[in-house]
Amino acid sequence: MLAAIGVGSLQELFQRQIPAAVGLSAGLDLPEGMPEQDVYTHLRELAARNVSAEQELSFLGAGFYDHYVPALIDMLMERSEFLTPYTPYQPEISQGGLQVMFEYQTAISELTALPVSNASVYEGPSAVAAAGYLAKLHNGKRRLVVSAGLHPHSIATLRTYAHGYGMEVVEVPLVQSAGEDGDGAGRTDLDAWSAAIDGDTSAAFFAQPNFYGAVEDAEALSAAAKAAASGAQGSAPVVVAQVDPITLGVLKAPGECGVDVAVGEGQALGNRLDFGGPSFGLFAAREEHLRRMPGRIAGETVDVDGRRGFVLTLQTREQHIRREKATSNICTAQALNALAGVVYLSWLGRRGIVELGELLLARTHYARETLTALDGVSALHSQPVIREFALSLDVDVAAVRRRCAREGVNPGLDIHALTGRESDRGGLLVALTEQRTRKDIDRLADVLGAAVAAERHVVAA
Amino acid sequence: MTAASYPPDLLYHPDHDWARIDPEHPDEATLGITWHAQDALGEVVFFEAPAVGTALTQGAPYAEVESVKAVSDVIAPLSGEVLAVNDRLSDGPQAINEDPYGEGWLVKVRLSDPAERDALMDASAYSASLGG
Repeated sequence: MLAAIGVGSLQELFQRQIPAAVGLSAGLDLPEGMPEQDVYTHLRELAARNVSAEQELSFLGAGFYDHYVPALIDMLMERSEFLTPYTPYQPEISQGGLQVMFEYQTAISELTALPVSNASVYEGPSAVAAAGYLAKLHNGKRRLVVSAGLHPHSIATLRTYAHGYGMEVVEVPLVQSAGEDGDGAGRTDLDAWSAAIDGDTSAAFFAQPNFYGAVEDAEALSAAAKAAASGAQGSAPVVVAQVDPITLGVLKAPGECGVDVAVGEGQALGNRLDFGGPSFGLFAAREEHLRRMPGRIAGETVDVDGRRGFVLTLQTREQHIRREKATSNICTAQALNALAGVVYLSWLGRRGIVELGELLLARTHYARETLTALDGVSALHSQPVIREFALSLDVDVAAVRRRCAREGVNPGLDIHALTGRESDRGGLLVALTEQRTRKDIDRLADVLGAAVAAERHVVAA
Repeated sequence: MTAASYPPDLLYHPDHDWARIDPEHPDEATLGITWHAQDALGEVVFFEAPAVGTALTQGAPYAEVESVKAVSDVIAPLSGEVLAVNDRLSDGPQAINEDPYGEGWLVKVRLSDPAERDALMDASAYSASLGG
């Protein structure tokens, strides 16, 4: 081939095609190679430095949660029929995979009280960003108004995508200190929310519960978003809620709160922490947005003999369309994770998801009461919470976390370290799952109380 | 499916759109896609109409037609403002296949620049452009 194109070597080919200025002048700064056996040993040593959620008592959440995953899920996920990530374009050989997608969509639709669900997207933050794109396709406006109560990763992802969409992101703060407006502290500032939404607003996003664990007044936020734009030219913004599916057993469904599009991280449904992924994103909407939905949708039909069957539907919107009008198709490999999600929901059942929510509510309440009774520990906000809540420590959170880690306890997320917001300094985000018992909470209280006391002693000294 | 036809009373845009200008109302036109366009698309399943009042620019997309094969832009053969939309297409988009110049019309517009019609082709020129 080199002879046919008239160059002497691969190196010469590169030199003739790539400007010298962009080439590397020196070799890559990499260590010498190692024998395979030594590499294995090295990697084993690195891996041993990880601490898994099973090796410590973990109250870390902030988007990914350590729920129990029943053996049933592993059994079904490991069936080879489900392992292929490829889109089942040939329904005649893909009925099992298509039915899983259809059942998954049905479950998400029921959970969110929104009539259409896709068969999942990549993960939570990209589902948020995809909702922004749906809004752009829907109304062509260029402003995205986002509550600061969204997960910081979601806001960052939305900003990244919005740049490409030619849209701007406007962040609305939460009500801060418990001053005059103390009742609202920890929730999205409704006045600022209404003020930020204008006739040029394409979509308005809030999280339920929000990143700080607070339950938002979803109906008020939806209504305010629609009212704020009503005097202005054109249509109301698309109201997007980022939901935690686990809480939907006890919270009013987004579809009943005026929400147009519900998105969320699906990991908590039957997927383990797995070092942060892979997982899946859920995406459900009102029927008017059906043709703007990202990803794949399986539909139910009948074959020529009248038997029930399943096919991909609306796939032209994803694949056979001008690029700038296409919906996202970053979804293919998530079908397996979404399978875990639908198996988990089926395993819990209609009663189970309510019972789980009530259990989390009771444990979270107990944990919040117990921990805020400790010296140097107070609630960052006093809003209702379901499975996660924010504390405020009067000492350095990172130092407290290190002390707790030495006792085998992960007390939760250092909020400021993730958000960088000054108002979050001292913030600790504590998450509960059904795997954390009352005894575990008491142990956290002992360890956290001792760690805070020790840090206060250091500061005083 | 009907046989290929390009009625002589219509004007044609190279992006396979037609315009019918009523001699009684020379500042208004009915727009649609040609037999060739619907044949290339295949079975139409959805027509995404513009809102009444939308401004159309000659040569620019103003609507979408979705078939089982693809989603395509519909290009405005003339500039103007949408006066009416064929609502019957929301329940029966197959009219675009079955009767592209009749029941399958897309929108009626008030023309902002009737002189633009001079840039359009007649049936024989359009037919010839298809290589037929």
